[in-house]
Amino acid sequence: MNRIKQLFEQKRNNVLSIYFTAGYPNIDSTLDIAEALEKAGADFLEIGVPYSDPLADGPVIQNSSQKAIENGMTVKVLFEQLKDLRKRVSIPVLLMGYVNPVLQYGVENFCSKCAEVGVDGVIVPDLPMYEYEELYQDCFIQNQLSNIFLITPTTSEARIRRIDELSNGFIYLLSTSSTTGKNLSVSSQVEDYFSRIKSMELRNPTMIGFGISDNKSFSKASEYANGAIVGSAFVKILAEENYLEKIPEFIGSLKGKEAVSY
Amino acid sequence: MSYHVNEKGYYGNFGGAYVPEMLYPNVEELREKYLSIMSEPAFQHEFLLLLKDYVGRPSPLYLAERLSEKYGTTIYLKREDLNHTGAHKINNTIGQILLAERLGKKRIIAETGAGQHGVATATVCALKGLECVVYMGAVDIERQAPNVARMKMMGATVIPATSGSQTLKDATNEALRDWINNPVDTHYIIGSVVGPHPYPDMVARFQSIISEETRAQLKEKTGKVNPDYVLACVGGGSNAMGMFYHFLDQDDVKLIAVEAAGKGVESGESAATTLLGKEGVLHGSRSIVMQTEDGQVVEPYSISAGLDYPGIGPQHAHLFASARAKYVSITDNEAMDAGLQLARLEGIIPAIESSHALAYLDKMEFKGDETVVICLSGRGDKDLSTYMTHFGL
Repeated sequence: MNRIKQLFEQKRNNVLSIYFTAGYPNIDSTLDIAEALEKAGADFLEIGVPYSDPLADGPVIQNSSQKAIENGMTVKVLFEQLKDLRKRVSIPVLLMGYVNPVLQYGVENFCSKCAEVGVDGVIVPDLPMYEYEELYQDCFIQNQLSNIFLITPTTSEARIRRIDELSNGFIYLLSTSSTTGKNLSVSSQVEDYFSRIKSMELRNPTMIGFGISDNKSFSKASEYANGAIVGSAFVKILAEENYLEKIPEFIGSLKGKEAVSY
Repeated sequence: MSYHVNEKGYYGNFGGAYVPEMLYPNVEELREKYLSIMSEPAFQHEFLLLLKDYVGRPSPLYLAERLSEKYGTTIYLKREDLNHTGAHKINNTIGQILLAERLGKKRIIAETGAGQHGVATATVCALKGLECVVYMGAVDIERQAPNVARMKMMGATVIPATSGSQTLKDATNEALRDWINNPVDTHYIIGSVVGPHPYPDMVARFQSIISEETRAQLKEKTGKVNPDYVLACVGGGSNAMGMFYHFLDQDDVKLIAVEAAGKGVESGESAATTLLGKEGVLHGSRSIVMQTEDGQVVEPYSISAGLDYPGIGPQHAHLFASARAKYVSITDNEAMDAGLQLARLEGIIPAIESSHALAYLDKMEFKGDETVVICLSGRGDKDLSTYMTHFGL
């Protein structure tokens, strides 16, 4: 069974997912970070495939992508590194990246490599629904990969229903229409939107992302969805020295309990 | 074969709308409304009136006699350089500002490379009293100071794009990010036939006035509506698409698109996208993109900032793949020589972009007296210092 489905069957609330960019801060830091995150209590991981023109991302993730590319990270190198993924990490892992590097690697190759190394799902923000259905869906299904769609405060109800039908894993609920790395301010408007989605009783679990940076925003998001995703706030930690040692404290502070030590 | 967009937003294999969900409502709103708004009589009336009285259209179709004599054939120049603001870019910004007004938008954003599209956008925003924000690569702001000053004088805010290589591609990313963050009141005026559907089609339609006029003018001057050859330079490809548009279905007209080879196609410093690129997705559409094996977009080079783009519009990709148009390339040096030649033979200083199209005349062989139309997309005032330095004048 797909690890993502399994996770949401076992855990319905306060699910924490962490995003980080592959190859950042160092070319070979990817698996060390993944392992440390699992130990610290993250429920699943989104590993970013760096791209030169990440237009949905704010400055923090843009910089990490640029640095990762300079470090030599490519789709090929990443899959090479992920050969050992399942020896070191047991929680679900998704790859998140833009469509062009996936196209160049070859969609079929990409999907079968994901399955081979034990990746459970893929988030490609700039892959439209129409193209996904026409060209990619079969390949995703064959390899038991979840494709994760995004919805925003302006996504129409009909479209949300369609996304719910096509999704198999969870739905990524953007807290606001913005690029990554802005702080979430929970206005009554945002709460109305979260409540509206909650009341739609979608068949897929939902995870709120964009602007989740601390315990307050994580808890708030968890009231309306199955959990939340933290990206930029974590990637900032990776710029610091001894970042691996800081991971338990960061995850602990997000979850709102005392830091777990190694 | 159709050379136009289909109902899914594709030209053959190229096009589409590869945008994140955050941009979907904006793009979808445009897709739903652009054709109906553009076909409203009141819209057409205002658009054509502004093109006439404000831009100064129709732009002349000029028989360049001394240039014709030199090449032993008949050469006409379509004088987009005589438009208000000095290039073809304003045809599109006039159209899009009228569209933005009808969509109820209050704020306009744009990207610019050399600054020509930024100036054309700042101009129409001043005309309509709308807020204008232009993203421009930090590197380009340095090298295009006069255009930055023009935009500021007309009340625009110029924001440096400091990400990536700090040029046109990054300015486009920043403008798209702005649009993601301001989805309700803002319209993004893209400057070329690039971006997610419906932009390539919409911009091509606004620019198609170039070929529409050309056919009428040729008929008046020669009795024939079709020339033998039509030439235009291609960065993203908006002047070329406007120049080709009404000739696409005229099989007897040979279309030639001239890309910038920079220091040479093999030099590693080039912008010859059809030669150096592969199929890929950039800025929301599937097209031909200069990129690494891993799919990272490569920074192109050309002496001309307006041709310095790592992709081409999806309709161009389709014209290239279907061989409807021939794509060729011209180096920096060849273009500069052609610019100087036009100045000396005809008393017209062309933009370096347009000089690329002119330079291709040297590589053509004419059978007797044939008719050639070249799109002179912009004037060379902005490029004077580059010409001066290049020739040591």
